Amino acid sequence: MAPSPHRAGRVVRVEPAGHRGVTIVSDIRLSARPGQFVMLWVPRADEKPFSLVADNPLTLAVVPVGPVTGRLQQLQPGDPLYVRGPLGRGFSLDGQRPLLVAGGSGAAPLAFLASRLAAAGREVTVALGARSAGELLLVERYQAAAARLWITTEDGSAGERGLVVSVAERLLANGGCDRVYACGPVPMLERVAALCREYGVPGEASYEAYMRCGIGVCGSCDRGDGLLVCRDGPVFDL
Amino acid sequence: MRDVGLSVELCGVRLRTPFVLAAGVLGTTAALLERVARRGAGAVTAKSCSVRPRRGHPNPTVLPWEGGLINAVGLANPGAAAMVAILADTRRRLAPLGVPLIASVFAEEAGGFGEVVRILEEAEPDFYEVNISCPNVAEELGLPFAADPVQAARATAAVRAATRRPVIVKLSPNVADICAVGRAVVDAGADALAAINTLGPGMLIDIRARTPVLANRVGGLSGPAVRPVAVRCVYDLSRAVAVPIIGMGGVTTGEDAVEMIMAGATAVGVGSAFYQRGMGVLEAMAAEIRAFMQEQGFGCVSEMRGLAHGA
Ligand SMILES: Cc1cc2nc3c(=O)[nH]c(=O)nc-3n(C[C@H](O)[C@H](O)[C@H](O)COP(=O)(O)OP(=O)(O)OC[C@H]3O[C@@H](n4cnc5c(N)ncnc54)[C@H](O)[C@@H]3O)c2cc1C
Ligand SMILES: Cc1cc2nc3c(=O)[nH]c(=O)nc-3n(C[C@H](O)[C@H](O)[C@H](O)COP(=O)(O)O)c2cc1C
Ligand code: FES
Repeated sequence: MAPSPHRAGRVVRVEPAGHRGVTIVSDIRLSARPGQFVMLWVPRADEKPFSLVADNPLTLAVVPVGPVTGRLQQLQPGDPLYVRGPLGRGFSLDGQRPLLVAGGSGAAPLAFLASRLAAAGREVTVALGARSAGELLLVERYQAAAARLWITTEDGSAGERGLVVSVAERLLANGGCDRVYACGPVPMLERVAALCREYGVPGEASYEAYMRCGIGVCGSCDRGDGLLVCRDGPVFDL
Repeated sequence: MRDVGLSVELCGVRLRTPFVLAAGVLGTTAALLERVARRGAGAVTAKSCSVRPRRGHPNPTVLPWEGGLINAVGLANPGAAAMVAILADTRRRLAPLGVPLIASVFAEEAGGFGEVVRILEEAEPDFYEVNISCPNVAEELGLPFAADPVQAARATAAVRAATRRPVIVKLSPNVADICAVGRAVVDAGADALAAINTLGPGMLIDIRARTPVLANRVGGLSGPAVRPVAVRCVYDLSRAVAVPIIGMGGVTTGEDAVEMIMAGATAVGVGSAFYQRGMGVLEAMAAEIRAFMQEQGFGCVSEMRGLAHGA
């Protein structure tokens, strides 16, 4: 082990992700499962969790919501990057005819899953939703990986107007999906969980919680039921 | 084969196993404390709490390194009033399991320890643990009370005056003479000691970023690297005082726990091992300690206590 627990690398490319976010492609090579995350360290500032959009090379999609995510928008090719991970439990790759349901920045881990499942020859169906067109993330990556891609926005500025769960319900009602994978706000995950029960399809979802250690010791990330999002999750069975 | 019992008695309270969840590790919520209790703890300690809430240090606050962990969480806690609700909820959940609850307290000045305990009394914890030994807030609060027998005794006395429940005082290894501190707090009314809190402080530097990695720059060491220091502290303390000791610091396996017990510990604290071995660590340690006791012909844990001191 090196003196520091972080892997160092550099930013190779920065692409816009929606109107406000960025996709950061680095030269760091990890071997991870979709759904796993890294703790991204900004020296002398902070360290925060981010899902992997790809592991090799490490790719992140970052939406600005505060100081750290704001600073990450300024990254340029050549800038150093420090990450600890991959951490946590990722998605299974058990879906033969998977349905992916992504809401808002939940698009990040599911983009990784979509490409992994597609590479394994699975026919991937994706329901990708956001509040507006400008908040849709990683659309090109989904277009590349998905056999069928359904886009929804709450204001109708792109794709179908409405909620991504409504599309998911329609797709489940039509049959043909054998596993649901979801990531997004908790109310969305709860509705997806209810749909999984209703249609008798197994589901997995990636959760977020406030994290410090990322390794299951500090107790910051209790999901509310004593399960640790950083170590028992972030992916849980629905 | 003889059946072996793992239960021990601490200040008249029965623990199903000798394993105590160490303060600051996973003790933030009632659900987590219950989960650890269900997975083999003899007692669980809630996160150290102060009168007012504290945000703690910025991240990184806890990092793994090859010898264990280094941390400067900075005593983040929701404050005593919020802790009352967490402790009360935890007590309800633990009652059917027969697992006692230890409330850990700290304060900025010696007298303040009494104030936290008076607030927490409403939650009726089974024990108090007085954290006079956190090395991670020195910049803000100065040297820990545990650095000085007189200050350590004042903090202890403040808690003693505020409660009739058993009081455990948690000591620091970062002193010239831990026995002098141990004797001072026992004279001031401590019913038991816990040793050790984290070692150091230490520092990790990222040589590519060219800066200390912890946001606080320095933090306390725990895990396997500190175990020999912890064993020595417990060994020395058990000769210096007559009260029971919760031995902790790097205990990761059942055989490590036996080492601590043979050094003189009555119960054994486990913290960082949850990182190495996960939520099943205490169950695994119970199986390991049982196997050792069967191999060596011990029937109960107390038969092993202090054996390293010879006849
Ligand atoms: C498993 C996991 C995966 C994530 N993946 C992504 C991702 O792919 N892309 C992305 O843009 N964001 C992701 N996030 C959220 C990201 O961690 C936060 O946006 C970031 O920490 C905000 O930091 P800040 O300093 O910019 O804002 P702050 O002002 O510090 O916080 C803004 C909001 O971000 C959240 N947040 C802040 N600190 C943390 C923390 N330590 N842990 C968790 N959440 C926090 C809180 O909801 C807070 O209200 C993920 C979070 C988790 C737990
Ligand atoms: C992340 C972390 C947080 C801790 N927080 C506290 C705390 O709030 N109060 C306290 O008395 N000790 C705290 N400690 C110290 C532990 O309780 C224990 O004394 C020390 O880690 C040695 O045991 P271990 O090697 O089994 O972890 C903390 C330790 C760690 C690793
Ligand atoms: S972030 Fe520390 S336990 Fe999950």
